[in-house]
Amino acid sequence: MFDPTMDLAPLRELLAPFVAQGRAGLLPALQVAQAHYGYLAEPIAAEIGRTLHTPLADVHGVIDFYALLYRKPVGRTIVRVCTDPSCALRGADDVLDAACRKAGVDINGTAADGAYTVERSPCLGQCNAGVSVNVTHGQPAKSITYAHVTADALDDVFAAQGRTTGSRYWTYDYVGGDLCIVTPLCGRGRRTNLIEYQAVGGMQALKKALTNMTPVEVVAEIKACALVGRGGAAFPAWLKWEAAAAAPGSPKYFIVNADESEPGTFKDRVLLEGDPCRIIEGALIGAYAIGAHKIIFYVRGEYPLAIERLTAALDECRAAGYIGDKILGSDFSVHSEIRSGAGAYICGEETALLESIEGKRGFPRVKPPFPVTSGLFGKPTIINNVETLAKVPYILIHGPDAFRDLGTESSTGPKLVCVSGDVVRPGLFEIHFGMSLRTLLEEHAGGVNGDLQAVLIGGASGVFATPGHLDVKLTIEDLRAAGLTLGSGAIMVFNTTRDLRDILVRLGRFFAHESCGKCYPCQLGTQRQAEILERLARGRVLPGDRERLHDVGWTMTDASLCGLGQTAAGAVLSAMKHWPDLFANAAPLQTERAD
Amino acid sequence: MAEITLTIDDQPVTVPAGTTILKAAASIGVEIPTICTHDACTANGLCRLCVVDVKGARLLQPACIVQATNGMHVTTRNERVDRSRRTILEMLNSAVDLAEAVDIQGQMQDYGVDPDRFPEAERRSAPVIDDNPMYVRDYAKCILCWRCVQVCAEDAQYTFALSFDGRGFATQIGTFFDKPMPETTCVFCGQCVGVCPTGALKPRREWLLEEGKTPDEIMAMTRTDRKRRRR
Repeated sequence: MFDPTMDLAPLRELLAPFVAQGRAGLLPALQVAQAHYGYLAEPIAAEIGRTLHTPLADVHGVIDFYALLYRKPVGRTIVRVCTDPSCALRGADDVLDAACRKAGVDINGTAADGAYTVERSPCLGQCNAGVSVNVTHGQPAKSITYAHVTADALDDVFAAQGRTTGSRYWTYDYVGGDLCIVTPLCGRGRRTNLIEYQAVGGMQALKKALTNMTPVEVVAEIKACALVGRGGAAFPAWLKWEAAAAAPGSPKYFIVNADESEPGTFKDRVLLEGDPCRIIEGALIGAYAIGAHKIIFYVRGEYPLAIERLTAALDECRAAGYIGDKILGSDFSVHSEIRSGAGAYICGEETALLESIEGKRGFPRVKPPFPVTSGLFGKPTIINNVETLAKVPYILIHGPDAFRDLGTESSTGPKLVCVSGDVVRPGLFEIHFGMSLRTLLEEHAGGVNGDLQAVLIGGASGVFATPGHLDVKLTIEDLRAAGLTLGSGAIMVFNTTRDLRDILVRLGRFFAHESCGKCYPCQLGTQRQAEILERLARGRVLPGDRERLHDVGWTMTDASLCGLGQTAAGAVLSAMKHWPDLFANAAPLQTERAD
Repeated sequence: MAEITLTIDDQPVTVPAGTTILKAAASIGVEIPTICTHDACTANGLCRLCVVDVKGARLLQPACIVQATNGMHVTTRNERVDRSRRTILEMLNSAVDLAEAVDIQGQMQDYGVDPDRFPEAERRSAPVIDDNPMYVRDYAKCILCWRCVQVCAEDAQYTFALSFDGRGFATQIGTFFDKPMPETTCVFCGQCVGVCPTGALKPRREWLLEEGKTPDEIMAMTRTDRKRRRR
């Protein structure tokens, strides 16, 4: 299949920046090569392996693991249509159909003339503004993620016209809520630059830490406010900081987990696109606190705008002396790097993320050892979520008590929630922990469109709530007591016109697509779960399917190796509890199609 | 070395610190089933058949990698543990040809596996790869225990001929761009064949015999192969 006219000469130059990294440079090297050549043909992959001293079999394994890397020819333009729940409610299947017709291909197919490939994509993080479509186009290939796409708009999308920043296929992210601690500079349709951020007090916390506080004192402040991680697992962030600061070994690494890909979640995208300097400041303070001299931002590959704006912000920070040797006249030196994901939800799991940076398939590691003592390259490493770090400057300036006042005893500080689906005003809301679901939906999100049927809290790995849960308080402890979970803060709303079987089958497909395949419960369970849910959606349930779903679900929950498998059945099991009738043999979905 | 005492199925057991639950249980004759574990391979805890119920732990724990600690209470069989083990075996059986996986066949009996638990399930089927004189690869029998990949890499041979195709359910062990084995870094050490628990990797002569070839035919075939290679 390899095109002999493909000139390998430019490859050496493209690979030069990664040679010193060895295998750790594999993913960026593959990405750069693919952007130039369109796909990673055998001679290119072999040359990359030789250059980076990586076994060829492993190069192959890595290419095959990541959905955005191709080792066979693909279209010169690749169109990826999100069909996960929030976009589905806005007609994603129609857009996908229209895209396939326009390109003359089946789903996941490539046109005979090599012009287009059309793929079904997992959530692209534009749930507030679906239908979302990601397009890769040109040489070197550039990627654009569009929002608000309709079938009529596909001409422009196929031509990669406009930008997400342009006027036509983009809308300002709606940012609301009853607090404005970390989001005052978000949702304005552009990046807040460093000067603007400084003008409202930005970087003062970093200065305070470097000039008036020891690393131990910084950790003590984060501990005093009981900061809990905002990525989804709700693990105390201060515990990580304390352990990594105390861990022997050097160098230490500070990693910002911006691999946001939980369906229904877009908070980290909004933060990075709107106010990246705040995240940089939080990370710099964290690096100082644990004694790390290297910060790595691992940003989701489907977030090209976030990567572009974070890159620009890091350049400004470097020029202003916030990043580099002996920053702000202190003895503290720190450098930064951006890594782009390559299409793997699992890489949001912290140990899979480490493997990915090390140039490997994104398989989660067995824990212990934990990353705080044995993380990236076996060194002490912090991996913090973007939103978690956004809180850090506020905590240092205003103190732990002010932060705690914004939440409850166990769930401290403000929280970002991403509301999408059947509400009047989908968007990002910054709220105090303890607001009720009802207040959030009715007062902040403008109310439910139609009559409320169900709310999926926590994204695909979350749990369904019913209208009976509307008065539950949005805190980690209240939700847990109600059998729910806050997870990443995704809140997807479904009215009574929606067929929940359609939502379930999309969640099932999502997990089957994203399972890494390492542990048996998840590797096999996500596939079996998806098959049963497909039957359910087609209205031809087999006797015993309910029990099968139950056993598969609990086996994944109880026995999987990482959080992906442990939560892959949460939504299904909760739906079985709330709506047992849904799982009886019934008529097929209205929208059922053969794909 | 310091010793610790824990309880396994209500029996007290004292073992050196650092002992896994699996080995601690074995020391008092409690057998916990495993698939992926092999003494020659780094433990990855991926088959999860060895999960046990540890008091105070939210999730079941893989006995092959979790170390016993002082005062730990371990239950190696209860309804929850058995459901996971049985379902894992049923799902595996629905995906893979386990005809030659003798140990797993025994485990399926122990846990009352329904061989038809998952009707209409997609199976992992792939044609037999017969691309070298030494061994054949039948990935329809592969349970993805990773042992072959591990012994080919840092666990033994440092040959790095094997990796993975795809991911999730669609994962399959493979070579660089699906090259025939003689075109890879494989040195035909045979260690992968030795650790394969299901007959997915098999000496070629054994396979030819099973395919109904007579010993004379096999000798003729393999001799030709050798001559061809020497030239």
